[in-house]
Amino acid sequence: MTKEELKIKIAELLPAATLDETGEWLNVSVDPNDWLLLAQQLRTDPTLFFDYLFCLTCIDWKTHLTMVYHLSSTKHRHNIVIKSKLDRNKPEIETVSAIWRTAGFHEREVYEMFGVNFLNHPDLRLLILPDGWEGKNPLRKDFEDTVNMIKL
Amino acid sequence: MYRQTDIISDAQVSPQEGDLVINVGPQHPATHGVLHLVITLNGETIKKVEPHLGYIHRSIEKMCESLTYRQFIYVTSRMDYLSAHINNHACALCVEKGLQVEIPARAQVIRVLMDELTRIASHELWWGAMAMDLGAFTPFFHAFRERETINDIMEETCGARLTMNYMVPGGVMQDVHPNFQRRVKEFIQLYKRKIHEYDELVTGNIIFQNRMKGVGYLSPEDAVAYGCSGPVTRGSGVSSDIRKIYPYEIYDKLNFDEVLESGGDSFARYMIRIREMHESIKIIEQLIDNIPEGDFQAKTKAVLKLPKGEFYTRVETARGELGVYIVSEGGTTPYRIKFRSPGFSNLSVLDHIARGSKIGDLVAMMGTLDLVIPDIDR
Amino acid sequence: MWSFSHIADFIHEWLSSTFNPTWTLIIEMVIAGVCVIGLFAALGLVLVIMERKVSAWIQIRLGPNRVGPKGMLQSLADTLKLLVKEGMTPSGADKFLFNLAPFIAMIVAMLLFAPIAFAKDFQLWDLNIGVLYVSAVSSIMVISILMAGWSSNNKYSLMGAMRSGAQIVSYELSAGLSILAVVVLTGSLSISDIVMSQADGWWIFKGHIPVIIAFIIFLIAVTAETNRAPFDLAEAESELTAGFHTEYSGMKFALFFLAEYMNVFIVCAIGATLFLGGWMPFHIGNWEGFNHVMDWIPSSVWFFGKTFFLIFVIMWFRWTFPRLRIDQLLNLEWKYLLPISMFNILLATLMAIMGWHF
Repeated sequence: MTKEELKIKIAELLPAATLDETGEWLNVSVDPNDWLLLAQQLRTDPTLFFDYLFCLTCIDWKTHLTMVYHLSSTKHRHNIVIKSKLDRNKPEIETVSAIWRTAGFHEREVYEMFGVNFLNHPDLRLLILPDGWEGKNPLRKDFEDTVNMIKL
Repeated sequence: MYRQTDIISDAQVSPQEGDLVINVGPQHPATHGVLHLVITLNGETIKKVEPHLGYIHRSIEKMCESLTYRQFIYVTSRMDYLSAHINNHACALCVEKGLQVEIPARAQVIRVLMDELTRIASHELWWGAMAMDLGAFTPFFHAFRERETINDIMEETCGARLTMNYMVPGGVMQDVHPNFQRRVKEFIQLYKRKIHEYDELVTGNIIFQNRMKGVGYLSPEDAVAYGCSGPVTRGSGVSSDIRKIYPYEIYDKLNFDEVLESGGDSFARYMIRIREMHESIKIIEQLIDNIPEGDFQAKTKAVLKLPKGEFYTRVETARGELGVYIVSEGGTTPYRIKFRSPGFSNLSVLDHIARGSKIGDLVAMMGTLDLVIPDIDR
Repeated sequence: MWSFSHIADFIHEWLSSTFNPTWTLIIEMVIAGVCVIGLFAALGLVLVIMERKVSAWIQIRLGPNRVGPKGMLQSLADTLKLLVKEGMTPSGADKFLFNLAPFIAMIVAMLLFAPIAFAKDFQLWDLNIGVLYVSAVSSIMVISILMAGWSSNNKYSLMGAMRSGAQIVSYELSAGLSILAVVVLTGSLSISDIVMSQADGWWIFKGHIPVIIAFIIFLIAVTAETNRAPFDLAEAESELTAGFHTEYSGMKFALFFLAEYMNVFIVCAIGATLFLGGWMPFHIGNWEGFNHVMDWIPSSVWFFGKTFFLIFVIMWFRWTFPRLRIDQLLNLEWKYLLPISMFNILLATLMAIMGWHF
């Protein structure tokens, strides 16, 4: 499917979504509450069939966090980017690890690096940070580590 | 006793009476780095594999936020140190995408040549190390015989053997060494003369085949669902070569095949990498006599500034799909950078494929997933 | 002709003429003990350097080449290092068993030297059940491995020991049965009788197919019994770090290491004795001239030559093959080797009864 077709299809599925096509791929901004439903449709709809979640990350915009999901289809070879704005003080979003199993691992990384709480995640534990890590999340912009970080 | 199907279907196996919980790593001969796996065993049968990461986590993503677009590329050589060129290439491509510079044809060809040499070197090392995991030591030295030649070529042109830092935004850092073409041709000769030893020593060995066939089966659906890429998915028969699907540089003009196997087991993944080496040689042969004359670097400003926006590039490293995601605010440094490393996703599948097999198989599976720990931890 | 037996006879005569019989026996036992320990150490050094050189040759590298001429003193230097190294005992270990295990391994290896005929008339103890003695005593080895694995209080060690237990007990059967094939043909368990029966031709040549099958099974089984690759599951460094000797260091580790090489030597010596004629020279039918030339080569050279050839074959295995998995290892024994060797022994018995061998 081309970008235009995707745009129409997504608008059908979720009218509340904001679409942005300035980038290389279609960017869809969704509310965190709508995400799980949309994700299921993206995965199962035969014309969309986004079965490959190739990048899952988060961006700290200082005022809010944005979850970014890069999806691709191994059948149709089209790509889409889903973004979801989260409250910085209490970031919460539904997990998609049941839909794309790779998300389970990547969400654990985002959980410890950004402090995003993935609801209903089967195994939300620290993956990279040492056990018993207290305090801030390393990839947030206000993280300070006076011992190990060098300011240029 | 457990039936294997019980172990595989139960998502949250918890240790029971009589089970053995073993820490494989952080220091262990088979992990080839500081990977820490906590495995729950029933006798010799694996019930669960739980990776614990972070022993070599340097937070490259955070580091890159304070480095300029010229500087950050050098850090990425330290991610997947076995395909350093390809990492650098991905970053350079991403910056170029933001800057919208055209890269001279000569630089493109040199980049592809370097990528493919790196891919061969990486697969050579993988081959030796994997055979060593299975208990055969000799292949390691045979693999290094060829790999050394590639490293020598790299040393001559790039000045380094492992972390080359040769790709820069706009092209390559300097022109290739005058000896480059001759030595690459010599390498091709050596490779063709010696490659049959690989099959004689390992591929055709009955013990090796018994250890590999039917071990660590990964279905095509699971391979995609777990976000695997590179030889791991292609071993399950899923076409995933970024060089073919989303061609970058001059890959769309080259004549090479995407290697696919349908077995889905360790042996299929093994055969993929062996055959990929042949394809890489094919690419090098096409290009080595046809390096166009011209500049090796496009003219770029001394201080690079990417426009506000988001840029994503995908390249095929020796291990799979590497994604570089740059979020720019218009400054000289990236606002946020994310490396989608192939190893991280490939590791996540280990628990799924290892359940119900023996400890010896776990080692074979880790070998065929080709885990490079700094790539996983970043 | 120069021979070990002349020296032995000379010493015996001199002692008998000087001392009374009791003292003669005691002194001879002391000499034998010292010789065994000396041989033990010398063989250890030789086999280690041989292993390293063979592996280097197979792996297209040079191997040790710094200490002494062509690196030949490397293993001496290594021994020195291991001797002065601290032998640590983990705090959680069962200290008595932990320290005892390497000595049992070494004592077993030394005991096995007793019935071996190193040259013509040069044998420490020609007991009439020599072959049985060897296979019985070599089984004790597994106890030291189990002891080491259990007392180390380490999960890797325990797994290595358990694997080794299963493995040695299984492969003992095939090794025993393949030895029996020759015993049946010879009609004697005594090592010297077996060697003498090969005066007109080695068993591998005159025993037809059953002996060749037995020889191949014997080679596989003893490789497994001595825990050498491709059957080195008890150590399996890529899986179990170092298996049963994970926690051992210094001289205690060295004793295990030496015992392994001694066992390799012993089983190869037994293989050479049973199948390749021991110290018997190579004769071809009635080629008098050729046979005469062969007779001129000392019997000890024949024995060590054959033994070292077999050792080389076993080293060759090690540096070529990948390791088997535990279930494949046991399948190989119980599903293939054991039935074949059982059938083979029937065949050999038939041959012995009918007198079909030369």
